Amino acid sequence: MQAGDKPTILEVSDLSVSYGKVEALHGIALKIRAGEIVTVIGPNGAGKTTLLSALMGLLPARGDIVYLGQRQGAEREVESLVRQGMTLVPEKRELFGEMSVEDNLLLGAFDRYRAGQRDHAETMAQVFDTFPRLRERRTQLAGTLSGGERQMLAMGRALMARPKLLMLDEPSLGLAPLIIKEIFRIVAELKKTGVSILLVEQNARAALAVADYGYVLETGEVSLEGPSGELANDPRVIESYLGLGGRH
Amino acid sequence: MDLQIALLLGQDGITNGAIYALLSLALVLVFTVTRVIFIPQGEFVAFGALTLASLQAGKLPGTLWLLIALAIAAAAVDIVCALRDGQAQRIPKVLAVNCALPAALAALLSIVPAASLPLALQVVLTLALVVPLGPLLYRLVFQPIAEASVLVLLIVSVSVHVTLSGLALYFFGAEGSRTPAFTDATFEIGDALIQGQTLLVVCASFTLIAALYFFFERTLWGKALRATAMNRTGARLMGISATSAGKLSFSLAALIGAFSGVLISPITTIYYDSGFLIGLKGFVGAIFGGMASYPLAAAGAILVGLLESYSSFWASAYKEVIVFTLIIPVLVWRSLTTRHTEEEE
Ligand SMILES: Nc1ncnc2c1ncn2[C@@H]1O[C@H](COP(=O)(O)OP(=O)(O)OP(=O)(O)O)[C@@H](O)[C@H]1O
Ligand SMILES: [Mg+2]
Repeated sequence: MQAGDKPTILEVSDLSVSYGKVEALHGIALKIRAGEIVTVIGPNGAGKTTLLSALMGLLPARGDIVYLGQRQGAEREVESLVRQGMTLVPEKRELFGEMSVEDNLLLGAFDRYRAGQRDHAETMAQVFDTFPRLRERRTQLAGTLSGGERQMLAMGRALMARPKLLMLDEPSLGLAPLIIKEIFRIVAELKKTGVSILLVEQNARAALAVADYGYVLETGEVSLEGPSGELANDPRVIESYLGLGGRH
Repeated sequence: MDLQIALLLGQDGITNGAIYALLSLALVLVFTVTRVIFIPQGEFVAFGALTLASLQAGKLPGTLWLLIALAIAAAAVDIVCALRDGQAQRIPKVLAVNCALPAALAALLSIVPAASLPLALQVVLTLALVVPLGPLLYRLVFQPIAEASVLVLLIVSVSVHVTLSGLALYFFGAEGSRTPAFTDATFEIGDALIQGQTLLVVCASFTLIAALYFFFERTLWGKALRATAMNRTGARLMGISATSAGKLSFSLAALIGAFSGVLISPITTIYYDSGFLIGLKGFVGAIFGGMASYPLAAAGAILVGLLESYSSFWASAYKEVIVFTLIIPVLVWRSLTTRHTEEEE
């Protein structure tokens, strides 16, 4: 893919994150340009969730994070990052289980609403167009949804914030193959709306198929990176991540 | 006991129960949003009642000094934080936000003779003096330790309660106050004689409960509070900060407490330490609802009111004992029927 002149959304260098005395990420460098899908693949426990949590301000991190051209200070807070258009769909979805689908979506627009933007009805209509299943379930409680629907709701809720950078933590986790296919189709479609996406996945084949650029994260370090087409053909990636089991 | 007495006691029970119900809702709200078991809830009742009584007696309520002191402390803390973040330009706004209302109230109270104002305005003044204490307490005491365990929060909560009731003794003295009835009207329905006062308290309580229901079900801020209570991380990811949710829940709890104090003050003589027992009865209701369910908490609180009223007829000396002994079977029942959802910490 052509890179070059597109503005950089997020640039991270030398990022380290620790849980107490144990360091989980060691000096990560990563870059996302406007409108790109960047994927981070890697095995269980590699530190993928840790990376996204640190970027979102949920965990304290050392190193340089430049978001939208601004160097982030040590006191970065989730709330102010949300205001600046960064949105995370966490691995555990973190839905509001005892609220309806509609209310969950509405809360996705909370920060925009507070800032005076009253276009949530319109945004919700777009989200329903993207996920027709959610429209059918709009009055149902989030806690009663199926796994695939929960993931769709988590993504829909994130889209309600009209993010500049959408970070997805293993959207295919625990879902049936048909639904996984649907989710990745939607991720590819979202790219057309211009949002930049940081996609964390264990499902390397599907992730590399939609992404422009990829990183391989192993035991807290980037072991390999490159345009996703090249990565998909790299013998090390094929052996470790694409080898067995055929198509996911 | 004949029917007439039974009806009378029932009326009493429902009147008090409605107020306990309000308090139980506040306790559930504060606990689910901030994990603080808000023992000082009752102090807001006492401050509400006694502040209104002082205003009516033509005295300057000590509440004003407490409000000013807390506002200055909060402004100081906010200024230190602003300087630490290198945001000195925020200082004028910090001062305005924290000190405008106390200054305005001080000015107003020194000019206007509060005793001669109509009751409605006295109530508004009372609420304006007492309610801001809620968010100020949150800012100064609970916000800095928001991540602490439930036990630590409880201990701090108890010490806030002790401090506030000490201050109430200092401000209002040891003798109790009772404000004049809002109305002397009575209605006769069949055999029963219904006091206008009772009707007013019950209507006001249920109006406030309905307003709270509307707030939580229909407004975005209400939903944001419920979201924080359900899933803190999820709420933060939506940009709902735990701090604003905490402040808002403390403001509502203070409003409910002060309003209950105003409602109860013509019915019961309130002393500087009466709030605790009243709050505790709301707490029994809240436990009924497992500290989580609003309708169950309200139903439990009304039951407490009725039980208290009837037990005061049969065994007046033991009415508190009977009410608080009720907690034990309720706790047993709750622990047997609710699956344990331990706080993830
Ligand atoms: N809260 C925590 N406290 C201590 N260590 C943690 C914590 N969370 C994660 N870790 C450790 O940090 C490392 C990275 O974990 P992380 O959850 O980021 O991996 P992951 O790549 O997201 O894995 P998965 O694919 O299973 O989601 C692991 O060794 C894990 O044990
Ligand atoms: Mg993970």
